[in-house]
Amino acid sequence: MVPVNYYIVLSAILFSIGVVGVLVRRNALIIFMSVELMLNAANLAFVAFSSVIKSFSGQIFVFFVIAVAAAEVAVGLALIVEIFKSKRSIDVDQMSSLKG
Amino acid sequence: MHLAETVNSGFFFLAPWLVFAPVVGLLINLIFGKRLSETMIGTVASLASGAAFVISVLLAYSVSVNHGEVVRWQLAEWIHIGTLQLDWTFRVDSLSTTMMLVVSGVGTLIHIYAIGYMHEDVRFKNDVGRYARFFIFLNLFIAMMMILVSGDSYLMLFVGWEGVGLCSFLLIGFWYELDTLGRPSWANSNAAKKAFIVNRIGDFGFLIAAFIMFWAFGSFQFDEVFEAAQHAAPGIILAITLFMLIGVAGKSAQIPLYVWLPDAMAGPTPVSALIHAATMVTAGVYLITRSAELYTLVPQAQYIVALTGAVTALFAATIAVGQYDIKKVLAYSTISQLGFMVAAVGMGAFVAGMFHLVTHAFFKALLFLSAGSVILGLERGHHHAEHAHAQAHHNNKHIKGKRKEERQGNAHEEVFDPNDMRNMGGMRKTMPVTFWLYMIGTLALAGIVPFAGLWSKDEILLDASLHYPIVYWLLSIAAFFTAFYMGRQIWMVFFGEPRHAAAAHAEESPRVITVPLMVLAVLSVIGGVLNLPFQGFHNLGHWLEYTLHEVEALPLNLGVAGISTVLALLAIAASWYIYGRNQLRAGEVDPLKQRLGAFFTGAENKWYVDELYHAIIVTPFAKISQFLADVIDWRFWHDWFHETVIAGTYNWVSNIALNRYADQRGIDAVANGLGDVTQWFSTILRKVQNGFVRSYALSVLLGVVLIVGYLILK
Repeated sequence: MVPVNYYIVLSAILFSIGVVGVLVRRNALIIFMSVELMLNAANLAFVAFSSVIKSFSGQIFVFFVIAVAAAEVAVGLALIVEIFKSKRSIDVDQMSSLKG
Repeated sequence: MHLAETVNSGFFFLAPWLVFAPVVGLLINLIFGKRLSETMIGTVASLASGAAFVISVLLAYSVSVNHGEVVRWQLAEWIHIGTLQLDWTFRVDSLSTTMMLVVSGVGTLIHIYAIGYMHEDVRFKNDVGRYARFFIFLNLFIAMMMILVSGDSYLMLFVGWEGVGLCSFLLIGFWYELDTLGRPSWANSNAAKKAFIVNRIGDFGFLIAAFIMFWAFGSFQFDEVFEAAQHAAPGIILAITLFMLIGVAGKSAQIPLYVWLPDAMAGPTPVSALIHAATMVTAGVYLITRSAELYTLVPQAQYIVALTGAVTALFAATIAVGQYDIKKVLAYSTISQLGFMVAAVGMGAFVAGMFHLVTHAFFKALLFLSAGSVILGLERGHHHAEHAHAQAHHNNKHIKGKRKEERQGNAHEEVFDPNDMRNMGGMRKTMPVTFWLYMIGTLALAGIVPFAGLWSKDEILLDASLHYPIVYWLLSIAAFFTAFYMGRQIWMVFFGEPRHAAAAHAEESPRVITVPLMVLAVLSVIGGVLNLPFQGFHNLGHWLEYTLHEVEALPLNLGVAGISTVLALLAIAASWYIYGRNQLRAGEVDPLKQRLGAFFTGAENKWYVDELYHAIIVTPFAKISQFLADVIDWRFWHDWFHETVIAGTYNWVSNIALNRYADQRGIDAVANGLGDVTQWFSTILRKVQNGFVRSYALSVLLGVVLIVGYLILK
């Protein structure tokens, strides 16, 4: 059986890739994918710990996260479509009209 | 404290309705008075008072079948503080039922009389809308009087005591914007205020007596106070009884507080009869009788009370001789007769005092109401004569506006005073029924056999002759004057020739006025049987014995009775010699003035007591008030303290400490500086808000890293 540490390290790597993607990319779709990557890194950690402590609660949590992520994708994609309609671009740096 | 004993037989449960029946009557008139006819208003009020009378009769019957057992009927809890337990309890015993019978019985007759009297009075004074108000006040008075006589503690009695004082005030000032002649003036309302304020002085004495009682005995309830008084120091009882005497002097118009009662005649005549002759003013006599067990403990107090009453009786009787106003004569007569009662209860002759209270209620109410009938007859005659006069000289239009003119004070001729006996004369012929009724009242008051006044007065005189010779002589002389001034009144009002056109045209009063008078006249004739001085006829004595325990039943003393009868007859003869033989003519000086110049002038001017009080009390009081208002309040507090000290200091401080320099350089600089700092700080903070989502995300990441790092490394 693969030790749990491997899963945690993998999860951390995936999460970090997601964070870097959100911070450095300007394409809204890519940022969106990076966010999904972070969510699934968390899911992986949940499932790993769930099997270690022999409890289903972690797995149940994952189901919630997947459901919420699906809803988030629906809302997020709708927003991106609307932004594209008004700005003809999905570059997030152009959406800075709330600057102080 | 024991609660009301349970009584199986009798009508004691009706006791609260003594108060509620008149209250119901007054509420009906208060709510529907504007829509009811005058007859309906009067009927409702009379029925309410009549119901109280019926209840009084039933209660008296219940007391007699229970052999005088004191029944205390608790209606409601009133004040419960610590050990003080005060309840609204009705005390039904032979003494209180006697008072209830007098108040509601005479009261009901006066209600009926007032239906007719006020009908004309409101028309003479041009304000028909005030009819209902009069009966509301009368019913309120009956209710308050019932609280007074049925209360089971001194405090409950005091509630009624103040209540009747209020009703007295309201009714004396019933025509508050007029004077007694119907001209616009504050005379009537001043009379009302005088009555109220003088009574306040008396009430103050009563209150102090009650405070001492509570301080010494811890209770206001009659039985508890009497019980505790048996073991108390005589000094305390003496203080209580003497302070109580001040209250009695106020309410029952004794020296030195009698001055309000003559002025109280400003009220309509039924009020004078009901409140200021028959019932309210006897409350003081009732109070002393109720407190018999306190007074009998201190002979000094008894002596002072008896002397106060006797001196008042004589003093007021001499003033009555010199009065021209028909109601003022009766007012001073009332003070004098109240003096008889107070002297009687002061001597410990409580039965004689109560007996005189009852008979006096009959014949003095009769006299006042007959006087009211005379006044109305004269007013009618005046209108009649005026009308005839006016028709001869002016057109009709002028007359219609005439009364209004008089009310507004524009009357060009002298104002006719229907109360002045100098305007009367010969009314025996024009008002025969009233004449005979007045005669009966006069004979009863003068004490002629066999009228009621004789028996009660002689009982007082007899007691006085046995115990207090000084009081006996004072009262005998007062009785002489009583017969004299009543004789004078009869000769001046009813005999001789009319001295004024109004007297010649006077008309007899309608039956609604004369019938209640006839009932009172019958009572004045036969009232003596209540307590005849013969073996087996001491009815009132036996009746009151239930409450007063020790009652002296005196036999008839022919010497005392004979002397007083001879004195009365002599006085009437003297009055005939002076006033009856040669009739007073219009504009003539009173014949007594020629014979007894100084005495008569003194009596005419009420021995200058009002002037004396004015000089030694009212004027200094007004000056002190003026001083306090002008010098202390206005000049010291307002001008000096507020304006100079406080406002001046404030202005000075603001000028010196808060001048332009300090304001602009100090306070403004602080305020502006705060604003500048805030703006500078915000320009720095504004740079964070750059609008780039990714930089916000970086901030979130850094925050998370910081927090998680802290949690891990902690």
